Amino acid sequence: MSNNPFPLSRAELLQAYRTMRTIRDFEERLHVEFAKGDIPGFVHLYAGEEACAAGIMTHLTDVDRIASTHRGHGHCIAKGVDVAEMMAEIYGKSSGACRGKGGSMHIADLAKGMMGANGILGAGAPLICGAALAAKFRGDGGVGVTFFGDGASNQGTVLESMNLAAVWNLPVIFVVENNGYAESTSVDYATAVDSYVDRASGFGVPGVTVDGTDFFAVHEAAGEIIRRAREGGGPALLECKMIRFFGHFEGDAQTYKAKGENERNRETRDCLKLFAARVTDAGVLAAADLALVDREVAALIDDAVAAAKGAPLPLPAELLTDVYASY
Amino acid sequence: MARKISVKQAINEALDLEMRRDPSVILLGEDIVGGAGAPGEIDAWGGVLGVTKGLDAKHPGRLLDTPLSESAYIGAAIGAAACGMRPVAELMFLDFMGVCFDQILNQAAKFKYMFGGKARTPVVIRAMVGAGFRAAAQHSQMLTPIFTHVPGLKVVCPSNAYDAKGLLIQSIRDDDPVIFCEHKNLYGHEADVPAESYAIPLGEANVVREGRDVTIVSYGLTVHRALEAAARLAREGIEAEVIDLRTLSPIDWDTVIESVEATGRLVVVDEANPRCSIACDVAAYVAQHAFGALKAAPQMVTAPHTPVPFSPVLEDIYVPSADAIAAAAGRICARARAA
Ligand SMILES: Cc1ncc(C[n+]2csc(CCOP(=O)(O)OP(=O)(O)O)c2C)c(N)n1
Repeated sequence: MSNNPFPLSRAELLQAYRTMRTIRDFEERLHVEFAKGDIPGFVHLYAGEEACAAGIMTHLTDVDRIASTHRGHGHCIAKGVDVAEMMAEIYGKSSGACRGKGGSMHIADLAKGMMGANGILGAGAPLICGAALAAKFRGDGGVGVTFFGDGASNQGTVLESMNLAAVWNLPVIFVVENNGYAESTSVDYATAVDSYVDRASGFGVPGVTVDGTDFFAVHEAAGEIIRRAREGGGPALLECKMIRFFGHFEGDAQTYKAKGENERNRETRDCLKLFAARVTDAGVLAAADLALVDREVAALIDDAVAAAKGAPLPLPAELLTDVYASY
Repeated sequence: MARKISVKQAINEALDLEMRRDPSVILLGEDIVGGAGAPGEIDAWGGVLGVTKGLDAKHPGRLLDTPLSESAYIGAAIGAAACGMRPVAELMFLDFMGVCFDQILNQAAKFKYMFGGKARTPVVIRAMVGAGFRAAAQHSQMLTPIFTHVPGLKVVCPSNAYDAKGLLIQSIRDDDPVIFCEHKNLYGHEADVPAESYAIPLGEANVVREGRDVTIVSYGLTVHRALEAAARLAREGIEAEVIDLRTLSPIDWDTVIESVEATGRLVVVDEANPRCSIACDVAAYVAQHAFGALKAAPQMVTAPHTPVPFSPVLEDIYVPSADAIAAAAGRICARARAA
């Protein structure tokens, strides 16, 4: 198509949509399966925040590393972790991405540059400084991206890491996924400054705030700071203002939210709907193109769930494996 | 007046009673009220599992939701304690102690000693411990030995609602920093609990079952598994005495030694990893102080030396089972009989 106003090709746009749709369907499906009681443990859903993961990860390859959060499914999918392996992991099966040892909160695939979801808030920031340091030593051009919520942004580890990354001029991108809540506590209560950009600049780290429900805004801002980091320009912060459609974890009654908040957000700030409207209005992709992706993704998720349910459980002996390196 | 209430309710009641009694008691922690600054309900959560729910209305202004900054707010609780308050800080999961351990290890635990006895840090740090929630390796650990190792800290781990209430009340009144460990799989466990206030001294174990053949020592969730094992052993003609330590620091050596001197056999059950555990500690102490009374080598039944796995099938075999406890006890009783 000749008149493409976007900085991405048709194929890239379709891929971005596929990523977001895969995350959304993965999460919506987990919501349903969790309610049936089939899924063990804590599950924190990313639905509503897809544009952030997709917008950033579009710029990354396997040489780039990310450190994720307890709400990590979206980051995993956008970074290319196998969806079926993720699903099996969440079901605690031995075919899972971490052989059933980690579950939802700890999915990792180092080969894809995914250094793990993390159950400890703020723990990803120092780790990603290390990843960026390694990239610098190796000279492989890789960058490190760490994600953390508005809540976790208040952890000392995050602030110390900003300073370290600035002092060592590391190629690190600090991404604040500001969905307004840390569990039940609002960002307005827990963070005394209005802008994470101001906070980062106190460490000598430049930053930018974008509408995290707008894939294109995230994509553009991330592209710039990632390019800068790759070229030796040092760390930067990206704040994405976004929405989480579900509770903090599955089972959360969400009484701390305003009445009708989730419904309103789904109507007006759904990043997938916004993306679809933009690309179809511009005439770059047709509704049918998106519908085809929808069908393919639906089948992918169905298969992943079926495979996960049918997969074998870990054997008792696996309790004792993987504690130490074996030679 | 006693009624059946859960461990969770017992803890809530202890906090309520102590706040009523002593205006210097304050509570702080993440989401312990819940909904702060959010457009919906205040007191939406009452802590991640609802333990402090309802207390905000009863004690306005004395429950402080905190930002996610454990170093800062656990440290602030310790500092406030050193200045005359009696803060009870909720660390949510004890696993998060990594974030704020300096404040606990090098500040709270050391003030009294380093300052020549001039400081007091009457802070209680409440946190969930233990496996069983399918919460994987960073939310399921039994870290009691790490704290027990540190002089200056007191470590409490109740196994039932009655003890939880009495021990927490005592912990709040105690002038030392107390790590109060709540097993997440016991929150729903119910027992007869008096409505009025009572304190259980720290450092007094509870003999929860009497028996002459073998002493089984444990604390927290595994006390219940030990009791199950004892019931099974009784059917085989072995009478096990079961001791619930209740507090790990200080620890009630007298009750343990007295029991082992009578039974001649010891099984220690600990949900913590085996190395440098409470199990090791008790076994070593008994070996040193009651060697002459022992008819068999002390047995330790613990979690394996691995992180806590996520998959339910693995997690279920991680925590010491009644089977394993009964087998260990049966083994030394049989060996002793054969000899
Ligand atoms: C060190 C630490 N403290 C507390 C928690 C418990 N916890 C898990 S998620 C969460 C809220 C996180 O909020 P935010 O960082 O804004 O991320 P969001 O959940 O909104 O994505 C809390 C308090 C934890 N996992 N680790």
